[in-house]
Formats: sequence, structure tokens, C-alpha cells
Amino acid sequence: MGILVIAEHDNAEINPATLNTVTAAMELGEVTVLVAGQGCRPAVKAAQGIGGVAKVLIAEGAHLEHGLAENLAPVIAGLAGDYGHLLAPATTFGKNLMPRVAALLDVQQISEITGIDGLDTFIRPIYAGNAMATVKSTDSVKVITVRTTAFEAAAGKGDGAGGSAIVEAPAGEDSGLSAFAGQELTKSERPELTSASIVISGGRGMQSGKNFKLLEDIADKLGAAVGASRAAVDAGFVPNDYQVGQTGKVVAPDLYIAVGISGAIQHLAGMKDSKVIVAINKDADAPIFQVADYGLVEDLFKALPELSSELDKDG
Amino acid sequence: MKVLVAVKRVIDFNVKIRVKSNETGVETANVKMSMNPFDEIAVEEGVRLREAGTADELIAVSIGPAPCQETIRTALAMGADRGIHIEAEAGIEPLAVAKLLKTIAEKEKPDLVILGKQAIDDDCNQTGQMLAALLGWGQGTFASNIQLGEGRTEVTREVDGGMETVNLTLPAVVTTDLRLNEPRYASLPNIMKAKKKPIDTLTPDELGVDVTPRLETLKVEEPETREAGVIVADAAELVAKLRTEAKVI
Repeated sequence: MGILVIAEHDNAEINPATLNTVTAAMELGEVTVLVAGQGCRPAVKAAQGIGGVAKVLIAEGAHLEHGLAENLAPVIAGLAGDYGHLLAPATTFGKNLMPRVAALLDVQQISEITGIDGLDTFIRPIYAGNAMATVKSTDSVKVITVRTTAFEAAAGKGDGAGGSAIVEAPAGEDSGLSAFAGQELTKSERPELTSASIVISGGRGMQSGKNFKLLEDIADKLGAAVGASRAAVDAGFVPNDYQVGQTGKVVAPDLYIAVGISGAIQHLAGMKDSKVIVAINKDADAPIFQVADYGLVEDLFKALPELSSELDKDG
Repeated sequence: MKVLVAVKRVIDFNVKIRVKSNETGVETANVKMSMNPFDEIAVEEGVRLREAGTADELIAVSIGPAPCQETIRTALAMGADRGIHIEAEAGIEPLAVAKLLKTIAEKEKPDLVILGKQAIDDDCNQTGQMLAALLGWGQGTFASNIQLGEGRTEVTREVDGGMETVNLTLPAVVTTDLRLNEPRYASLPNIMKAKKKPIDTLTPDELGVDVTPRLETLKVEEPETREAGVIVADAAELVAKLRTEAKVI
């Protein structure tokens, strides 16, 4: 039985989270990628270019343009007979979609796996990553979301050079249950939070949304993405899509700089797999220092301008 | 209209959990338990609809052992009208929970079901989507805003890149994200009043739902821990270390 990966895409490009999902899928067997959308040939071409992908399925229809779970889930459930495993990234796209697929198939989904131990056994974090559970599925089809930071990205991103076959799949129909009404995507010149190699995040200690300028200045010098703790989002400093943590995004960059963040369990859950962690906080007892490789105990309003001017000096 | 919310009893979010030494799970004995924070947001949203006159009844359901009644009482003290307790063992999987909630939804015929997007114990983030699938309803997950209209609702969703808005035909399932609202604390008079509100008790058998687990937990372990590193004197030393020692900038 093959493995089906549901591609996350915007019809033009494949979302990088799909590449990590393909890597996880390759541990399980031969990988087919489903691209379901409207006018999604460019994304199909990109999917063909992903290393290790044997086949690309395309399902096209106006009702699939925006990836509505109500329309997409039956398409995937209809394909399940040919596959032993259905995988999607544990992004808001995959989290919204896959449980709907699992329920249609009468399967208990396995969420956010970080490890694979055979065809039916998976490792996943629970309690905000404070415990790791190894679970064995007894369902005939495994429906899985993949924590993308736990798997490397598959090679060959989107150059269309791969020669994998394209096969048409049934596109289903409009459920009439839901309709896409619009989106407001955060515009940023900076790298995307989950794929950035450097992330600088601010917490409640930033005191206001305006003060995030201090972080943005450093982010621009480092080519970093800007994130935030739940406390900073709760306080209304920045939008929710900045949120790093158990209930936000999970990141694992080469360098994570936590500024004015105390280090609550739920924040650590989203960043503790970063390669190098820096903490800047005036409270020397803040729990964030227990996971930091480098700690700077200083008021952030003094430390950030100094950090900024140090970065201007030649290394 | 009628609104149904589901509330889960979980280890309080402030508690530092302990993995059992025999690796069978997480210690729950003598640990402070509370309503799952996202479910509090669901209850609050339902109560606001009730107060605005949009909803004329708010029902809170909880599934689990006897102490779940306390969690239902909390929802009643916040403003729900009545409770339904489905008595079952702890740790029922999301698929079984969704099946149980489906039977309640078929009986009560709510126009809107509001659930938390995720429980902070198993971190599954599945039940709302599964319930919507089983009922054949639309789903508005990770909601930061709900605008009810005639026979439909507009839901603003928190997605990775920003916000997305969907239009759902009612009845529908909505799951809550953080910014939907700020849940209230129940006042003492309301806590007293809640004691008189009715709670029905049912069992999965009575509802005809098989709750046999599909996943077998082989073990639960401590995660790898990080060692604390060094404290640097100032920004200059930090940048020097990042350049020459860690080599990440």
C-alpha cells in the first residue's frame, strides 16, 4: 500500500511544509502527492519536482480552489482505498482538514507525529511537549498530521524537473456547507516564521506592539522572522499568526532569540527544538534561561539597541 | 436558536505535569484539574450569544468520569442553562467523543456547536472537525470572530498566514482560538445559582456508541531536556559568541 501526502499549496506554489511531510512519508513507503485545487497545474509541476515522489494526483474544480475541508475531505476519503497512510502537514491547513477525513473513514487520527517506529507506531508530543507518547494504531488506514520541524525537507523544491507521473483523480463536488469569503494575509518582507533559519520573538516584556519595532530592526539585520509569545498576542501587541507555542506555531530555527519572554511551558513547546537559543530578560530567575544556550540578564530596552549596534560592527 | 458547547476536564494549565515512572502515562492523582482553556472560550462565546438574545438556550456537555460534573458546573456558573454529562472513563479518543457528541446534537438539534480547538492534555485538535464530518455540517475552525446571520454564520479563522473568512450554512460546528473572547470568571451568586441547574447523566452504552480506543499507548516518556547554557555579560559578548562559538550569524 502506498502513502498519500496531501499537498498544501496556493494553486501556484507548494507550501514548504509539504516537503517535510514527504520526508516523513518516505519512511513509510512509496509516496504519491495529491494536489487538489483550481488552476493548480503550476503546483502539480512543483510537486513533480519533489525528490522521492513517485506519482502526483491532481483533482481540479472551482470548489477546491481554497482548500475548504468540507469539499476536500470527501475527495481524500474516496482515495483512501488505495493507500495505507494519509499524511498532511500539521499546519492550520492540515489540522483543519485531516480530522474531517479521519472521521469520514471512521479512523482515529494521529496528530503531529515527531517520529515513526514502524508502519503503525508513531511518536507524538502531548501536554505541550512535556511528555512524548508512543502510540500504535489499530485502524486499517492511518490518518496522520506531521510536525514539520521534526523531519527534514525533501529535496528538489518545485523546479518541475522530476519526471513523476500525473494522474487525474475524481474532484467530487461542492458540499454547499461552506464558502470561502476572503482572506487577509500578513504581508511581510521577512522570512516566514516556520521556515526561517533565525527567529526573534518578543513577550509581555515588550510592553506594547510599538516596541516590536526594536525586534524588527534586529530581524532585518539578521534576515530573521519575528515571532511572539502567547502573552504578547493575548495583550494585543501583535496578531495571532506571530504566536510561537503549544497553541501557535512550532519552530525549530538555527537560532531563536527570546526577548522579554519568561518561558512558560506553552511557549517552550513551540521553540525548544531550536538549535541555539538566546534569552534576553531582566529577570534572572525567568525559566527561559533554563533552556537557553546564551542568556543575557538585562533590561531589553537597553539590550536591544546595544545588540543592534553590535550587529552593525564587522564580525 | 440553541447552542451546544462541549467542555473537557484537563490538568490545569499552570501545573507542571509529571510522567509516571512506569511510562504508562502522566500523573493525574492529586493534581489540580480545570476546564480546558479553549473550552472556556467556547462557553463564553455561547453565554454572550445567550445574553445578546441571539441564543435562547445554551447546553454544556462533558464526557468523562464523575468529576466532570464539576466542569459542567463551571460552565453553568458562567451562564449555560443546563448540562449533560456522559459518564465514561478518562482518556476517550476524539473520534469516540465526536460520535457521542453527534448523538447529543441529533437529539438536541442545536443551530451551532462551539468547541475548543484543542485540549491542552492530548493536544489532538480533532474533535470539532470530526463532529462536523459525522453530522455532515460545515466547520469554522480556529475562530477569532463569529458573526451570526439568518441561517448562516460568518467565521473568521486564524490561519498560518493571517486570517481567513468562511461562510457556513447553519447548523455548523465552530472551534475557538485564543482571540475570540476573554472568558469571564463566574461570580459567587452565579456559582450558587448553578448548583440548582439541571445536569442529565448518560452513558455511551445508552447512546449506542462504541468507545473502544483505536490507538494503543505503548509508552509515555519524558522529552529530551536541554541544558542551561552560559550567561553573557553584554550584547557585545553575545554577538561575539553567536559569531565565533555557535556560528549561527
